[in-house]
Formats: sequence, structure tokens, C-alpha cells
Amino acid sequence: MNDTSETKKPSWWRRLSDGLKRTSSSIGTALAEFVSKRKLDRAMLEEIEDVLLRADLGTDVSARIAAAVGEGRYDKMISASDVKAIVAAEVEKVLAPVAQPLVIDTAHKPFVILMVGVNGSGKTTTIGKLAARLSGEGRKVMMAAGDTFRAAAIEQLKVWGDRTGTPVVAGAQGSDAASLAFNALSQAKAEGRDVLLIDTAGRLQNRAELMSELEKVVRVIRKVDASAPHAVLLVLDATVGQNALSQVEAFSRTAGVTGLVMTKLDGTARGGILVALAEKHKIPVHFIGVGEGVEDLSPFTAADFAKAIAGTDNAS
Amino acid sequence: MFDNLSEKLGGILDRLTGRGALSEADVDAAMREIRRALLEADVALEVVRSFTERVREQAVGATVVKSVKPGQMVVKIVHDELVATLGSDVQALDLNTVPPVPIMMVGLQGSGKTTTTAKLARRLTERDKRKVLMASLDVYRPAAMEQLAVLGRDLGIDTLPIVAGQQPAQIARRAIEAAKLGGYDVVMLDTAGRTTLDEAMMTEAAEIKAVANPHEVLLVADSLTGQDAVNLARAFDTRVGLTGIALTRIDGDGRGGAALSMRAVTGKPIKLMGTGEKTDALEDFHPSRIAGRILGMGDVVSLVEKAAATLDAEKAAAVAEKMRKGKFDLVDMRDQLLQMSKMGGIGGLMGLMPGIAKMKNQIAAAGIDDKILNRQIAIIDSMTREERKNPDILKASRKKRIAAGCGLKVEDVNKLLKMHRNMADMMKAVGRGKGGPMAGLAKAMGFGGGLPSAEEIKAMQEKVQGGELPELPKELPSSLRGGLPNIPGLTGMSGKPTLPGLGGFPFGKKK
Repeated sequence: MNDTSETKKPSWWRRLSDGLKRTSSSIGTALAEFVSKRKLDRAMLEEIEDVLLRADLGTDVSARIAAAVGEGRYDKMISASDVKAIVAAEVEKVLAPVAQPLVIDTAHKPFVILMVGVNGSGKTTTIGKLAARLSGEGRKVMMAAGDTFRAAAIEQLKVWGDRTGTPVVAGAQGSDAASLAFNALSQAKAEGRDVLLIDTAGRLQNRAELMSELEKVVRVIRKVDASAPHAVLLVLDATVGQNALSQVEAFSRTAGVTGLVMTKLDGTARGGILVALAEKHKIPVHFIGVGEGVEDLSPFTAADFAKAIAGTDNAS
Repeated sequence: MFDNLSEKLGGILDRLTGRGALSEADVDAAMREIRRALLEADVALEVVRSFTERVREQAVGATVVKSVKPGQMVVKIVHDELVATLGSDVQALDLNTVPPVPIMMVGLQGSGKTTTTAKLARRLTERDKRKVLMASLDVYRPAAMEQLAVLGRDLGIDTLPIVAGQQPAQIARRAIEAAKLGGYDVVMLDTAGRTTLDEAMMTEAAEIKAVANPHEVLLVADSLTGQDAVNLARAFDTRVGLTGIALTRIDGDGRGGAALSMRAVTGKPIKLMGTGEKTDALEDFHPSRIAGRILGMGDVVSLVEKAAATLDAEKAAAVAEKMRKGKFDLVDMRDQLLQMSKMGGIGGLMGLMPGIAKMKNQIAAAGIDDKILNRQIAIIDSMTREERKNPDILKASRKKRIAAGCGLKVEDVNKLLKMHRNMADMMKAVGRGKGGPMAGLAKAMGFGGGLPSAEEIKAMQEKVQGGELPELPKELPSSLRGGLPNIPGLTGMSGKPTLPGLGGFPFGKKK
């Protein structure tokens, strides 16, 4: 692959590509298997579509991208690398508008970030990584242990607090998450913190009572600062399938999601659902998580992700 | 979680039903739709392929008998194939060996291993009267061991004391030793979450297995998983060797394709499913019932069981008796509402009812939740004893007082009264053994009209479990599709009352 030579590549790029390489190599190999020196016909397009389906891109997006690959190239000889490049270009086209960095508006002090998601998606870990990243940028960060439901979630965040040297506001397990958020924001304000990261308990988006609890957290935060939360990040697990669409809809309705973070891209899961999400909801994607280390949180870049999905970076 | 899949398949199969002959073109169209539906339900592509292939072969082939409607035939074939793929019987956890029986839990990060460990330990302790020791082998995630310790403390189940600095395999050895010495029946090993690509972690899992020699190795997997389900199930099965699968977050609105995928590629049974956040939300996985649910037939058997377990049998019998006589006052209605909320509220019941799966989203969108049940109970609570027995005496001034008493409006009181009248009417009808969807259902199952008796319900269960497909009463799904039926809690919605108060379920007569 030639990207490493391009501009300056910070160390996260290696981790990102390492994480995505398995993804890309499996897709890449799959593509290579059937398109080397063949005429592009209906069967080939179907195979391309299947490959995309297997990456969780969903039926609509897969069909559309396969169609785009076929456009104007029907009955022509085509090579594996061509197909990959076209697939990458199509994927990038979809992803480019949503690849936006998380901007911390310093006009808000503190800038309040609320983390939401279903159980086990990686909210607490992501908060820890985010705290490390933001304090590394020289900001005064504070974390609020708002997952008062799961056993030891508070302890888990406290460990992250120690690791990153960030104060953690915590209550007792089982206490009211909204009142904790209120206290944390009041305290962050009083101490003049730059950023407040609020954790929440994982909840399934179809559970009305849990979603209204989240609504309450947002409502109560606004009592301290009417403009808060300034960012609401939905954390998605890379293994998630089409249900992510429903998650984005429900959490947006309840908490007004402003951006996405995709975790666990270091596994075999391909995270292709991001492409479907980008096409349908156009919600910005800020970060991807590619490992368990503090530093394993990378900004999301459309071109890299698209190349990795299509497997172009290990084709040559 | 299977609602969406049943919706999709329901739609496709509706189109097939009622046509004269099943041509190859019909089958092709159906298969395309089934393929798409399964893919959108996150069933892995390879599984979809073999599934549709098997269904097609049977559908086009000679198996289509003349006397049966083609649509019904396809329904049956798809149903049978779903059952065959999911596994035809309930596979219980196997604890038949010399205690302490080690059970090892593996899975990806965040799949729900620790919670499932605690749920299973609770069930083994409370239901099966086993003495359980839990041990966390997760030395990586911050506070993972504390999480299990806290859960153990809350549940009154012993956990292995935490010793800092030990390796997972050492902890496993120590857990087995402690279980032997302490006279435990079962020792549960909760391992760290790992990606299947992490060589070191997969080797570690294999090592733990070698040390502990677990009798059960359960893969804990998220039912919301997409296409990756096949990879992870296959990887864990080849590297660690699974004996079963526990599916978590089945109460989500995922389409549940992962269940099909994982079962199909590993051949290992799905033994358990997590159905909620609380530690008692763990159920056996019943493949044939789930297949019925996928097809939109509703999980009638589960509903019957749930009703039987939750309903106060005596009260229900009393209500049934009153229904028979055509008497049904607000006190009775209050009991019905209470029992409904005990059975998991409106949402819980809906998911189990045939044909209603399609409405679930509408109801959620309309913002109807179980608070309404509580409000209706509050209205009744604000009445005098006299008023509850004889709602006819309620005039404007009384209604005003009641509304003030429960903090609602007079129109809410009116709605409740209207609902009560409808329910009373319906109950009279059902009591007399005419009409009523449940009566129709019973008829379809091969019984006479009227309320099914305990024996009939039992026979019904056997039929359903035996995979026999009764023809569901036509009027049931269609009338439901037409509009929301008048269910307690859904007052104010138009449409004639079709479901005579779920709470007043004729099943109450059982026992």
C-alpha cells in the first residue's frame, strides 16, 4: 500500500490499518478471488454485491454500489484492483461527508459530551480513551460516572480516571443518573473545566422506560446549561448489524445524537454498517476504536476507511 | 426481537396465500424476498443461501400437495426449515457429571458474559438448587472482577476471592480447587472478552479450557450481531470448542438473524437467551416457538405458559365465572389491568400474540406504554366501592371528583368507562362461546368454540410444539391490521374491540 508514504502518518494510522487489515484483506481477497481477468457480467456483479453484504453494508447500499461498479463496464475485461478501486471510490463518496472531527467549541465552558449507546458497545472504555486524548491536548477534563446501573461501571470509570489523571464525579450504584449529571456539570462549571464527559448506562433503544430515563438526563443537564449537551456521541460496536439503523434513529430522537463512534474494529467485524448509516442518516462519524489501549482511538477518515473496506491498500 | 423478521416474512407469504397454483415464478419471487428479508435480519449470507436453496427445492418439488393451498405449503416449508436450522428441540444445560461442574463462558467484549454468568448462576441456585461458585478470569478490563463480585454479593452467590496478579489459567485452577474443597455443585468461569483475531487471547482461552476441563463451554453472543456472527461463532468453536450458545439482548428490536447464523455454522445448540437487564431475565431457547414467532404466528405457547405462571388462578376463575354470567364490574377490570402489568405489560404481551407483532411499532410510535395501565388503575382507585360495582351511577359531578382524585381529566375517566363497557360486552360474547378471536383460534386448533379448557390448552401446546401448523383464524390478523383493537390501555384508539381485554384472557380458566 502506498498510503504510509503519503504526507505524515501519525502512529494511529498503523493501528487503524492493522485493525482494518483483516477486514480489508478478507474483502480484498474475496474480491480478488473472482474478478481477476474476467468479463464483467451479471454473475460478477452479484458476487461483488455479496461481498459487500457480508461486510454489513446492507441490501440497499450493496446493490447500489454493485450497480455503480457495473455502470459502463458491462462485458469489459476487468481486473481485481480495478474493482477494488471502484468499490473504494463509491464507499468513500458515501463516507466523505460524514467524516468530521469532533470540534470542541471553547465558547462553552465546560463543553459537555454525553455518551450513549446500547449495552456493551464500549461507552465507558471510549470515555476513558477520549479523556486521555482531550487532556493530552491540554484541556482540563472531567468525567461523570453516569452508568449507575451496571455493577462496577463506576469503578471501571474510576480506573480510567486514575490512568488519565482525570477527576471522576461519581455517586452510588443505583442512584439517579440525572441528578449525578446535574451535580457533575455544576461542579465542572465551578472548577472551570474545559470538557465534561458524561457516561450513561447502556440501554436498548426499544425500551421506552430506559429511553425516557435518558431523556431526563438531557433535560436535567439543561437546567444547569441550556445549551448542553454540546455533543451527544452514540457508541456503536463494529459487530452490530442492521440494528444500528434503529439505534441511530431511536437515540437521535431521545438524546439528539450529534456524532458516532465505532468501537472494536480490531476484530473480524467489518463495520460496513457505517456506510449504510452515512447514506441514510448523514450523522458525522468522529472516531473509531481499534484496540483496548488508551491510545487506540483514531479520528475517522473516509478515504482510509473506504480503502480498507475495499482492500485496496494491500492489493499492490 | 424477531418481530421484524416475522413482519417481512408475513408480508411475503401474505402475497402467496390465496393464489391458485404455485408456479416456479411465484417461488422465485418469494425466494428473492425471503433472501432479502433474511439479509436485512442479519442472517449471514452463506446461511441465507443454503436456507433459500432448501426451501426452494421443497417448494418447487413434488412436496406441494394438491389439497393444500400453495401459500400454506410455503409457510409450512419455511417454518419447518427455520425449525430445522434453529434445532428442533430445547437443549437444556448439561450438568450430568461429577461435581463441581465447570461451566466456561467465552465471547467478544461487551457481549454480556458477566451478566449472563450472574443470571445463570442465579437460575442454577434458585431453580435447580445447586451450590454455585462464580469466578472472574477477566484480568484485563478495569473493574471486571469487581463487577462479578458485586453481582454475586447482590444475589447471595459466592464468588472466588480476587487475588491480584494471577493469570487467568491460574485463577481457573484455583476456582476448581476452591469449588472442590467448598463442596460446590457448579463452578462458573467468566472469561475476558476477546476478539477472535487476537492470537494470544485465543490461546489463553484454550489454555483455560485445558486447565478447567469445562463440561459446558458457552459462547455468549449479542443477538444484534451482524454478518460477523458466523466468523465469531466459527472461530470460537474451532479454537475453544463450544457446547452451546447463549444469546443476549433478545429483548432488543434486532431481527435476530445471528441466532440462525450461529446455529447453522457451528451446529451447536442455542441453549439460553437473555431477555432483559435484570438478573432473572434468562430463558431457555425454544427453537420451534421462535420459528413460529418469526413467521408471525405469535408465540402462543409462551403466552399460555406466562399467563399460567403469573395469573392468580383463583381470581381468574372467578372472573371467568362472572364473564360467563355477563357480569364484569370495575373491580374485575382493575384485577385484569393489574394482571396485565404483572405479565409484562402491554408490550410484553403484544410480542407474543399472533399477528400483533406488526402493530408493536405503531403502538410504540403512538407513545403508549405501561404507564397507561397504571393510570387506569388509578382512575378506578379513585372511585368509591359503590361506583366500582355499579358504574352506571357515574354522572358528571362524580366523574369530576374521580378525575381530581387521580390527577387526570374527566375525558380519561370517560374513556375508561367506555373501555369497560366494550370489555364487558366482549366478555359476554366470549363467555357465551361465540366469536372472539381466541375462540376462533381454539377452533382453528381443532377444538370447539368457547373457552379452551386446561386439557385443551395442553393439547394445544403439544400441537404447537409438535410443529403442526394450525390454520390461524383469518379474522384475527386481518382485523388487527385494520386498526388497533380496543385493548385495555389503548383507549381512545378507534376500531371495534377485537381483543376482549388481554387481561381477561380465557386462559385464566386453566387450573
